[in-house]
Amino acid sequence: MAKMTKIEIITRTNKLEELKTALNSIGVEGMTVSQVYGCGLQKGHKEVYRGREYSINLVPKIKLETVVCDVPVEQLLSVAQKVLCTGQVGDGKIFVYDVENAMRIRTGTQGTKAITDDEA
Amino acid sequence: MKKLWSVFLSTFMLMVVTTPIAFAATDAPKIDSGDTAWVLVSAALVFIMTPGLGFFYGGMVRSKNVLTTIMHSFFIVGMISVEWFILGYTMAFGDDATGVIPGIIGSLDKIGLAGTAGQIWTGTSIPELAFVAFQCMFAVITPALITGAFAERVRFKAYALFVLLWAIFIYNPMAHMVWGGGKLFELGALDFAGGLVIHILSGVSGLVICILVGKRKGYGKLPILPHHLPMTVLGATLLWFGWFGFNAGSALGANELAANALITTQAAAAMATVSWVVCEWLHNGKPTILGAASGCIAGLVAITPAAGFVAPMPAVIIGIIGGAVCYFAVAIMKAKLGYDDALDAFGVHGIGGTWGAIATGLWASTAVNSAGANGLFYGDSTLLVAQIISIIVAYLLGGIGSFVLFKVVNAITPFRADEAEEISGLDIVEHGERGYSQSIMTGESLGIQEDITKIN
Repeated sequence: MAKMTKIEIITRTNKLEELKTALNSIGVEGMTVSQVYGCGLQKGHKEVYRGREYSINLVPKIKLETVVCDVPVEQLLSVAQKVLCTGQVGDGKIFVYDVENAMRIRTGTQGTKAITDDEA
Repeated sequence: MKKLWSVFLSTFMLMVVTTPIAFAATDAPKIDSGDTAWVLVSAALVFIMTPGLGFFYGGMVRSKNVLTTIMHSFFIVGMISVEWFILGYTMAFGDDATGVIPGIIGSLDKIGLAGTAGQIWTGTSIPELAFVAFQCMFAVITPALITGAFAERVRFKAYALFVLLWAIFIYNPMAHMVWGGGKLFELGALDFAGGLVIHILSGVSGLVICILVGKRKGYGKLPILPHHLPMTVLGATLLWFGWFGFNAGSALGANELAANALITTQAAAAMATVSWVVCEWLHNGKPTILGAASGCIAGLVAITPAAGFVAPMPAVIIGIIGGAVCYFAVAIMKAKLGYDDALDAFGVHGIGGTWGAIATGLWASTAVNSAGANGLFYGDSTLLVAQIISIIVAYLLGGIGSFVLFKVVNAITPFRADEAEEISGLDIVEHGERGYSQSIMTGESLGIQEDITKIN
């Protein structure tokens, strides 16, 4: 069974469309996106309500998750970095994990076939 | 409920003791259709302010308390309208000389609106029933204003009991004293549309209750942020809209005075919107929509007692100071003193109402309203003195009265929600519903299963 890798990208909300297009262009088709809040080097911002100040330290981000087998991980990382890097704090992080197994629920197919298109 | 019955009982006993005196009309006034139409429309305009207030307040709380906050206003429309028709109107506007306590509470011979049908309200050309309806909406919105002070942390049962007792024992006497021919009326205090009766009284009561109930959990430590500011702005818009009925309707006729009140209302509200925003812009660096919405309310509150006594330019000055004073009361004084007046009932209504009552004593002019008086800037200090005495009376009545009522209610049923209830949010705990249901919910629908089986 070929190696499967999970890529988790946490980044700015406004970069989603560009990132999706770039990943599609190198053959990544399935993905899951969620709205998340996080903090890191980016320190949040100030909000003021009726003169009362609040420091809001969790910033809205998006998290994109995908599992790949055919697409080279190094290529994916370099494409993602090229799209997402602004050079400012708050660009986000990419985490890479090994995946033990996968199953397509509709057919019960397991392994890489579960995550590639041609099997369908 | 026991309390309510004892009120009814004592009411009926008093009716037996006090013999109603029939009025002998000297000249027969006639009903004017234009005046009547305007007052009826104004009553409807003032009505929409209370649900509007619910939205104004509802947007400023966290999403878990949005329903209970709106309910605090909306339920009052029901409860206090009924209270007004049965008891409130006669306490406030019953004859003074034969009153329960002359000078403070009117006679109870109009209980259940007895004898109001077919009458013309004294000094006007509108049916007494139109006046009853118009005043009903005032009685309704006043306790609703208080609820902003104790938002997000009280139990519904205690709230309902408190509001009912407050309307009977605090609002009705104050309305009688100022408008119904009572003590402050005789003193010469002017309150065109309710700066004293409505705004000071509710603001001060709110302050007392919010201190007695205590701060919300996490207040000053965690961010407790408005969850839906567009809703708040919509609420402020409804309030502003309804306020034209509130102030211009208080002329009780479709006339020059009503037009003056409408213009002064707009002038003060508009100016205060700008002045609040400018204050926070200079003080905090950013102009905010919450500031604009709060500023217009501050201006509307400030012009309320003065609307039918001052000219448009003094109204602009009342607005500019009203917006600034309320901003600093809310942004600085509240933080310094450390009380949790959640939605600034005191900061906006108490402070704005106080400023408005003083301003009436400064800028009132008989050129605008011959039934009024001249203020300090028109060469007479008597009015200002009467205004200050009335302000003190309103503070004392609102403050002491609410303190006593809080103790009474709290002895019957706990006012404050416990910690676990406050954390889950009062919408679910008190009302069993949520403002915003998520698309993913788990659980089961109880009871429906059997019904569906029967149908099949």
